Amino acid sequence: MDFKQWQGFQGDTWRQEINVRNFIKKNYSPYLDGPEFLCGPTERTQKSMEKLNALLKKEMENGGVLDIDVSKTTTLTSHAPGYLDKETDVIVGLQTDEPLKRAVNPFGGMRMARSACKAYGYEVSDTIEEEFRYTKTHNDGVFSIYTDEIKALRHCALLTGLPDAYGRGRIIGDYRRIALYGVDYLIANKMGDKAYYGKKPMTFENMRNLEELHDQIKALEDLKKMAASYGYDISMPASNAREAIQWTYFGYLGANKEQNGAAMSFGRCSTFFDIYIEKDIKEGKLTEEEAQELIDDLVIKLRMARHLRTPEYNELFGGDPMWITECVGGMGETHKTLVTKTSYRMLNTLYNLGPAPEPNLTVLWSEALPTAFKKFCAKVSIDTASIQYENDDLMRPIFGDDYAIACCVSAMKVGKQTQLFGARTNLAKLLLLAINGGVDNMFGTCVGPKMPVMDDMYLDYEKVYDRFKVYLAWLCEAYVKTMNIIHYSHDRYSYEKLQLALHDTEVERLMAFGIAGFSVIVDSLSAIKYAKVKPIKNGAGLIVDFEIEGDFPKYGNDDDRVDEIGQKIIKRMMMELRKTPAYRDAIHTLSVLTITSNVVYGKKTGATPDGRKAGEAFAPGANPMHNREHNGALASLNSVSKMPYSDAMDGISNTFSIVPDALGKDKGTRINNLTDILDGYFRRNAHHLNVNVLNRETLMDAYENPEKYPNLTIRVSGYAVNFTRLSKEQQREVISRTFHESM
Amino acid sequence: MNQCNNIKGRIHSFQSLGTVDGPGIRSVIFMQGCPLRCVCCHNPDTWDFSGGEERSADELCEKVLRYKGYFGLEGGVTVSGGEPLMQSRFLTELFKKLKRYGVHTALDTSGCILDDSVKELLEYTDLVLLDFKYTNEADYLQYTKMEMGSAKEFLEYLEKIKKPTWIRYVVIPSLNDSGESLSKIFDLEAQYSCIKKTELLPFRKLCLEKYEEMGIDFPLKNTPEAKQSFIDEAYKKYEKSLS
Repeated sequence: MDFKQWQGFQGDTWRQEINVRNFIKKNYSPYLDGPEFLCGPTERTQKSMEKLNALLKKEMENGGVLDIDVSKTTTLTSHAPGYLDKETDVIVGLQTDEPLKRAVNPFGGMRMARSACKAYGYEVSDTIEEEFRYTKTHNDGVFSIYTDEIKALRHCALLTGLPDAYGRGRIIGDYRRIALYGVDYLIANKMGDKAYYGKKPMTFENMRNLEELHDQIKALEDLKKMAASYGYDISMPASNAREAIQWTYFGYLGANKEQNGAAMSFGRCSTFFDIYIEKDIKEGKLTEEEAQELIDDLVIKLRMARHLRTPEYNELFGGDPMWITECVGGMGETHKTLVTKTSYRMLNTLYNLGPAPEPNLTVLWSEALPTAFKKFCAKVSIDTASIQYENDDLMRPIFGDDYAIACCVSAMKVGKQTQLFGARTNLAKLLLLAINGGVDNMFGTCVGPKMPVMDDMYLDYEKVYDRFKVYLAWLCEAYVKTMNIIHYSHDRYSYEKLQLALHDTEVERLMAFGIAGFSVIVDSLSAIKYAKVKPIKNGAGLIVDFEIEGDFPKYGNDDDRVDEIGQKIIKRMMMELRKTPAYRDAIHTLSVLTITSNVVYGKKTGATPDGRKAGEAFAPGANPMHNREHNGALASLNSVSKMPYSDAMDGISNTFSIVPDALGKDKGTRINNLTDILDGYFRRNAHHLNVNVLNRETLMDAYENPEKYPNLTIRVSGYAVNFTRLSKEQQREVISRTFHESM
Repeated sequence: MNQCNNIKGRIHSFQSLGTVDGPGIRSVIFMQGCPLRCVCCHNPDTWDFSGGEERSADELCEKVLRYKGYFGLEGGVTVSGGEPLMQSRFLTELFKKLKRYGVHTALDTSGCILDDSVKELLEYTDLVLLDFKYTNEADYLQYTKMEMGSAKEFLEYLEKIKKPTWIRYVVIPSLNDSGESLSKIFDLEAQYSCIKKTELLPFRKLCLEKYEEMGIDFPLKNTPEAKQSFIDEAYKKYEKSLS
């Protein structure tokens, strides 16, 4: 295949097959130097940002939602074109006809759509009600299949945040394909696949593939129509940098119009864009200032993406996040860095447009990254607390060098793998359930194998752990079954046709399970093992509290005695999960990540043997429990780094907050020290680190005076939020976290 | 050497991440026990020679090595206190072991002792952070219970063996912050070629709580904290005087 738009590009393989990675490899220019070349915002960009900031302010004043279009169901072609500023937008496209106006997407579930509208004073229109009277949603589908046991698991919050009423998300379309190949070529390819499957025997699986391919092709046709409404013909490849960014963005925009997935990543586009930008610059068609403007305007559009959520959803995923995760950096398989000037330009948006949680900028860290780039990243972290780091040296051998991150920490090969998202289970609660013999001591629900309540005077570690193993095995089986139901139903009633059209047809699926309450169960088992823990029963004979005598090693102090318990739990859980086959032959994976659900999970969990009180928040992700770290920051990092990524390949999230003074006396020293910390941490095969460099006092002031901090961005758990957009409860939890200080 | 292996050190605490006691990322070991009684002391809980916990050099070495990966090109270990020189034999053992693993060693000290054992320790020390407290004999004795001569003698020795040294000086408002005092401190750098850097540390009162908990009076509780702007000014003045 050849297009005139491809003139001047090198390489052959990517011309013969859809292979964006090969195109990048053959054409990109690694950049080893520093940020000196970067440009500030143009006047146009500044004006656009002013306009957006005014809208954001209005949105906040309006209770978090500016406007909702309740008149119709969102699809790729449902809404007339929308602009921030029709005259001056460089990159165009909004989800609805007005900036920040949210669309209604009832495919996940009608009840959720209704209650989300109601929460903000709107009512779903009769048109939508009528349409969905005869349309089965994903939520309907799931509840047609759920068993009583699964319903009980949800009810007592052993499983929470399951994507059974909203889009599962965590699927990253390879939006770059649109720019490189044009939509017509992608359609032709999918039609070829359809013809091929058409010759196979009509088994259930094959018919499903054929139906999905049909829907994918239809979605690509609709995407062309959507772009045409903005005056663009995207049937052919992009012919310059602006088009490459625009075409790619159209793909992403289309995905957001079609799906309200919990996490809608952008992928790994910066270095791909860089090829077009550098070509245009070389040919004298683009200046550095204009190149930065393109990236700035793309990011402005990304920052305007919105989904309509219910208040309950916001409790789990606080701060109205979209997880528009964009990965920068990393190394190629041939040890050449994938850092380009556009990696810098992307990070530079945090200066040009001001700090913000979206897009979720993720640096793929390798020891071999250019030193200048490492230092620039450290500087951006110190200045903005808006980026996260993930270990490229750990992921590259597994996922190759063209993977991206879905949501916070989930790696997948772009266009080749996708995820079946499964939220998380509360292991701290499971421990309480186990010692209470299958009765939840908060909800009174009986669930799981029935056994007597443990009646030792002091809890015996071996007995408790044996019992825990029984309950873990039971839970894992039920968890996999639940996920199978959810994803069967999602494929059937809310299939991501556009995003999957931007994948290979033979896609590999990862089924992602999750753990919440990690540090609580680890410390609880440590307390039982190394201290004396006396259970306290209530009138009904259930254990509801504990008295702890003596001290015990706590996770977060680089103490192998307790850290080994953490490793053991992860390995055991992964082993149990693998025993139950997953839907569509998916590969089981596991994460230790909570988003902000650590607050809600804690609220729904009774007192635990580690001394945590009933209802108290958990630590986020794989973080040690708040303020239990007594050996300083590196000891805490070491503890987390010991958790085995090979058994938690969906990611191990660690959020690290340090006060500026503890990082060094001056800016230059702080940059160097943070770089050394990141190198040291990732060299130990740690997976993920959110870095916040700020003082607790700043957050306390923002808690009291939110109006003073409209742009205070902090990393919470695999993503960043605008602090003032968190609920007061979530804000208090963030303030109570450990801030590493100097002695 | 074997007999030395049995010595245990008295440790107040261990901090895996330090960035303000020497260059780069450093793990800091706080030793227990100090013969001085500096009025500005931040760690009164490190005075008592019978406090803390006993640790062997092997144990501590193993602990430090866990953080070696973070030290980068500049970082390493800093031993502070308390007064580390009081446990010089133990620290010699520890530093010997650390040097075997290529760990940079720094000693944060008042320089109050200079005997053969301390001299041996200095052989395995890469950098000395010498805490100079006052610039005249009377104040030194009154506010630290140590003679200025000892610190001077220690510095002379460091010069003699060409040991890289940083001078550290806690600036206490109206006690030791006169222009004359500060210029005397900065002048040391001109007189001693072993001095690579002079650091002024602002007096802070974060330790008030500790004193209250221990039920002892903090002598400087009514002294104001030193302002960072004052410190910045002092550096600037000094730089000017150089040019």
